[in-house]
Amino acid sequence: MDLASSEATRVAQRQGPTPVIGGGTNVGDRIFHLAVLSAAQSVLVLLAALVVLLFIDAKEALGRFGLSFLTTTDWDPVFEKFGTAHFVFGTLVTSLVALVLAAPLAIGTALFLAEYAPRWLREPVAFVIELLAVIPSIIFGLWGFFVLAPIMRGYVEPFLKATVGQVPVLGELFSGPAIGKDLLTAGVVLAIMILPTVMAIAREVVRSVPDTQREGMIGLGATKWETITGAVLPYARSGLVGAVMLGFARAFGETMAVTMVIGNSSNVISASLLTPGYTMASAIANQFTEADKEIYFSAVVAVALVLLLVSVIINGLARLLVWRGAGNVATRR
Amino acid sequence: MSNNNNDGASAVTSAGTVHSEAGHGSLVVEDLQAWYGRFRAVANLSLTITPRAVTAIIGPSGCGKSTFLRCINRMHEVARGARAAGKVLLDGDDVYAPDADPVQVRRHIGMVFQKPNPFPMMSVYDNVVAGLKLAGVKNRAMLDEVAERSLRRAALWDEVNDKLNNSGAALSGGQQQRLCIARALAMEPQVLLMDEPCSALDPVATSKIEDLIRELRQNYTIVIVTHNMQQAARVSDHTAFLLLDEDRAGRLVEYGPTSQLFTNPQDRRTEDYITGRFG
Ligand SMILES: Nc1ncnc2c1ncn2[C@@H]1O[C@H](COP(=O)(O)OP(=O)(O)OP(=O)(O)O)[C@@H](O)[C@H]1O
Ligand SMILES: [Mg+2]
Repeated sequence: MDLASSEATRVAQRQGPTPVIGGGTNVGDRIFHLAVLSAAQSVLVLLAALVVLLFIDAKEALGRFGLSFLTTTDWDPVFEKFGTAHFVFGTLVTSLVALVLAAPLAIGTALFLAEYAPRWLREPVAFVIELLAVIPSIIFGLWGFFVLAPIMRGYVEPFLKATVGQVPVLGELFSGPAIGKDLLTAGVVLAIMILPTVMAIAREVVRSVPDTQREGMIGLGATKWETITGAVLPYARSGLVGAVMLGFARAFGETMAVTMVIGNSSNVISASLLTPGYTMASAIANQFTEADKEIYFSAVVAVALVLLLVSVIINGLARLLVWRGAGNVATRR
Repeated sequence: MSNNNNDGASAVTSAGTVHSEAGHGSLVVEDLQAWYGRFRAVANLSLTITPRAVTAIIGPSGCGKSTFLRCINRMHEVARGARAAGKVLLDGDDVYAPDADPVQVRRHIGMVFQKPNPFPMMSVYDNVVAGLKLAGVKNRAMLDEVAERSLRRAALWDEVNDKLNNSGAALSGGQQQRLCIARALAMEPQVLLMDEPCSALDPVATSKIEDLIRELRQNYTIVIVTHNMQQAARVSDHTAFLLLDEDRAGRLVEYGPTSQLFTNPQDRRTEDYITGRFG
């Protein structure tokens, strides 16, 4: 076929110059080439080794429980029952709560900084928000435990129960006693933790929207706000979705802070955000020191494997979206 | 806001009127000045632009052609630190009057940019009617009608009538620029401003746009900035020549009928410029 032959020439063209650039005749060149190549390869090897080792340790549990490892909610080391559906559930729910709270705030802030704020205000505000990202997670945990959880128990949760809690279907989300250390509180802590990540990327994405797009809208008689909703946001959409998903992926794997405020109990999956629970990460943190039996240990490692794989997938998708969003700029300017 | 206050009598302050039979699109610029921060880019510019004719703005790079053009529909002030002073009378109403709304001004004075900038996430159809939707028009039949009429006027209908739902970015460069012209025409402006509309296009696409400009002249007042003096000679009725003065601000040097300016320039500097001796 025509297509095949053109593909062949393209491959040939690609291979043609490679030895000249990569191999080179110069010895120093060649050594440097080998050095960076092996550095890059060893990173991949490390990652692969990590997955393989996790898999070897997890094999026993995965083999014994199969799919029920992911679909049942019994986690009882004494009777050697290991179901993790409620861990997965807790991870998803806390990450989603974080997303729902953080995404509008982060994108709103990014829009404010990129489109409205006077120049002198932009960098300082962005700097302070991005500073949140360097605070160690144990500090968020302590703050969540000593400050946020009591506030949630004493004020926020009773308020939510009294208001949204009275609405028929939505009310289910806020049923049960206000405990303060539960999925909701964990979600709030996570929201604060992912805010800087999402904000920083969203700001870059918004900034990368070409001015010609804004001018096109303004020239048609759009107000500032209409320019943002009509030109900036649609153009930035996939990049913004990617920013939010990167935040989601970060929330997914967060361990320390969540472990301190999520309650770490209950084997039930309920609609209420006010139930204490586990995430996959907090379950691992809580269990691995107690994993004395081989099958127990294997089950904990299997949770880690699931967490790793899901994180990698979400991260990959998110990066693809951000990258594609940024690609717009190059091709469509 | 975008919404209508239809009571105003003037073209500039009355909103939402999509059809503009009232005005002829005469433009009178009086003592216009424009700054970027402290830097004055355009100085004391006055000229009267003939309605339903093409006026070309020529001059060396950086002499303030784009800045002047963007002052006419109050796009200049969108840039950071930019401001303008003076008068621009559209059919007698000053677009810089204290009660003039820049958003309304831009609906009456359409603009086409140097690089085609269709909205890539919108279809061809939605690109054309984007301005009408901003103005609050919801009637589907009316939108359809305006979309077809605008695309026909922009000489694009025959090429895109079967892909109205494709992305506006999926057209060729020349088609994209005509789409942007259609987008501006859909607002039924009295005046159409064009800033080097062909500089990103190949010769074939360029000549199509030039044909289109000659065509549109019958119904619109057109002001076009161009670097290409042949183009100015080909499409325009009047030409204004701008040049930097000693304090690096753009000034009007000569303005007159295109044929006269190119064959018998009154100013020495104009002659030097059009004969290629500098700039
Ligand atoms: N956004 C801006 N901020 C500051 N100065 C600007 C800005 N845009 C233009 N200028 C300056 O204003 C002057 C006039 O610029 P303008 O773009 O109007 O020139 P021009 O005649 O359109 O040039 P060209 O033919 O190269 O497009 C130039 O000195 C330019 O550097
Ligand atoms: Mg210019």
